[in-house]
Amino acid sequence: MSVLTYGADPELGDPIRGPSALSGDWRRFWHLTFTIARTEFKLRFYGSLLGYFWQLARPLMMFGVLDAVYTLGKLGSASNYSAMLLSGVVLYTFFTEATAGSVRCVVDRENFVRKIQFPRLAIPLSVVMTALFNLAINFFAIAVFILLEGVQPRMTWLELPLIIAVLVLFATGMSMLLSAMFVKFRDIQPIWDVVCQVLFYASLILIPIEKLQEHTGLVLGIPLLHIWLVNPVADLMQQYRHALLGPVAPGPLVPKGTHGGINVLAAMGGWADLAIPIGIVVLSLVLGFWYFNRSAPHIAENL
Amino acid sequence: MHTLKERALHPLRRGGHHSFKALEDVSFEVREGEFYGIVGRNGSGKSTLLKCLAGIYSADRGRIWITGRMSPFIELGVGFNPDLAARDNVVLNGIMLGLSPREARARYEHVIEFAELEDFQELKLKNYSSGMHVRLAFSVAIQVDADVLLIDEVLAVGDASFQQKCFDVFNRLRDEGKTIILVTHDMGSVMRFCHRGLLLEHGDVVFEGDPDEIANRYLEINFNRDAPAAQAVGSQWSGSGTARITDAWCETPDGAQPSMFRQGDPLRFCVRVEFLETVEDPALSVAFQNEEKVTVLVANTAAEIERSGRFAAGEEAVFSIDFENLMAPGRYSVHARLSRLGHGLELLDQSAGEVSLIVKGTASQGGVVDLPVRSTIDRAPAGDRRGLEVSS
Repeated sequence: MSVLTYGADPELGDPIRGPSALSGDWRRFWHLTFTIARTEFKLRFYGSLLGYFWQLARPLMMFGVLDAVYTLGKLGSASNYSAMLLSGVVLYTFFTEATAGSVRCVVDRENFVRKIQFPRLAIPLSVVMTALFNLAINFFAIAVFILLEGVQPRMTWLELPLIIAVLVLFATGMSMLLSAMFVKFRDIQPIWDVVCQVLFYASLILIPIEKLQEHTGLVLGIPLLHIWLVNPVADLMQQYRHALLGPVAPGPLVPKGTHGGINVLAAMGGWADLAIPIGIVVLSLVLGFWYFNRSAPHIAENL
Repeated sequence: MHTLKERALHPLRRGGHHSFKALEDVSFEVREGEFYGIVGRNGSGKSTLLKCLAGIYSADRGRIWITGRMSPFIELGVGFNPDLAARDNVVLNGIMLGLSPREARARYEHVIEFAELEDFQELKLKNYSSGMHVRLAFSVAIQVDADVLLIDEVLAVGDASFQQKCFDVFNRLRDEGKTIILVTHDMGSVMRFCHRGLLLEHGDVVFEGDPDEIANRYLEINFNRDAPAAQAVGSQWSGSGTARITDAWCETPDGAQPSMFRQGDPLRFCVRVEFLETVEDPALSVAFQNEEKVTVLVANTAAEIERSGRFAAGEEAVFSIDFENLMAPGRYSVHARLSRLGHGLELLDQSAGEVSLIVKGTASQGGVVDLPVRSTIDRAPAGDRRGLEVSS
């Protein structure tokens, strides 16, 4: 199916071209995305403190279980394993909420899509935005926890917005791709659920980077660490942890020499080695936007 | 529905694609300030056309132009969330329809007032009745500033007083020079509001132009598919068996049997009877029922021909009743009973509703029948006005 393009006519006015990913003005696009995201966020809290508690409960419970298992099993070698684990779980919760949450988003909003003309991209972006609101709230929990653990505020915290921004871009790319693909291929949902699970174990959330550094053998002639860090989520996770926890001053609760692991750049050896994970993030954005934009005119018909 | 698995396992097989042309060769122009109706039966393509106009579907071929701002919605209450209260929904819906959050909030009071829902502002929408829901949705929708409004079947909702309010709004919008495109089944609203219209059938334009003519053609299309059934008569054998109705039909006085009868013309209903035994003084009574099963007309040949005489076995006769057709446009079924006046009334045979006829017309005022009326207004002489003078 081709969408014919034609211009304005001096007598007849402007053309009606049908729906697209980004039609109309930017202000409307922004208002729409923000309003949908805020409504979703509001609905999840049901306007109550208890709602906030439930929002926190999920990552906290997951963290509690993992922390108990891994600390008791002496698997966590990093000295502030708990802080590392909690911050990792919270960030990863954002990523799954944004991507797995957007798989069904266009289909679930069928009533909008079939009844109203608006830039289609507002839907997946609003899902990412809602997840971002939740992340902001969960950061309070992390802040309380790591301050209790004795981590001092550090200059490297200034890196955090940038790191999170890159993760948001990756999540956005994936959410555009997944939500548009799901309209045509309904098995995207179980597939992505599995991918999310695998990615959890592959993203240095449970396993500290030191464990990988200890592994000196080569896999297919490449150090294991380098293979591991092809996954952009793993890179971002490690860099975020390095920036958040860093080498900290010893305190009553913190043993000497505690830190959040090394800088990813240092671990990989240079920017050139980061080309693949950076490339994956860029590719997800380009591919996601291209695919969504291509599908947008016919999404309403294919639902 | 497709899956990636299917794609991977059968890369060459193309999924079961049926192409269906919802619209073809549809071309029309709506002028500024016009109230334009798009009419058609279910599946005629009218909603697809509206979605193309609204920019929700994109046409595979053809072009559409617009001057001015188009309202971006075609249905009421899009994006309403049942778990939110009226205020949040009004703002959300307003933003979906293209207002900025500030504008949407500023118009909230007005919306609630128009919807007459001041007492229910804090109630979650899921607890609203469907009528309240529609009132709220309509009130938001008319707050949107647009030069061209697209409206899909809204007139069928709400109670009578709110419908009147909607009509008032339509009239106001029309007077303000807004262009309105209305998609509907309801011929009444087309004839009442529209300047011009478009009649679609199977994706083709049947007629474009005068609303009265559209209403006529619409009735024609709507009832024609049942026309063959209307002609057939299969008499149910429920009488005494001494006579049989073998045929029944409607015709004009000159014997023609059109598919539709014009209101106001003379009409004749005929029944052919075959007598199996000797029958004395049979009479035919007929009843015309409209679609709401209201009996509009009952007539009996015995009123004029009390003694119709003696009919021998094997004889055939045609009984007919002539009348001026003042029935309102629509479809009627005719019940005919052949009986004999004797000791009481002996039913010989009947044909229950197997004949139907369609009446078309444009002058209907909404009654079951349109009796001839004459209107006069007598002005009282100037000196006779009492109670109006104000002494100064």
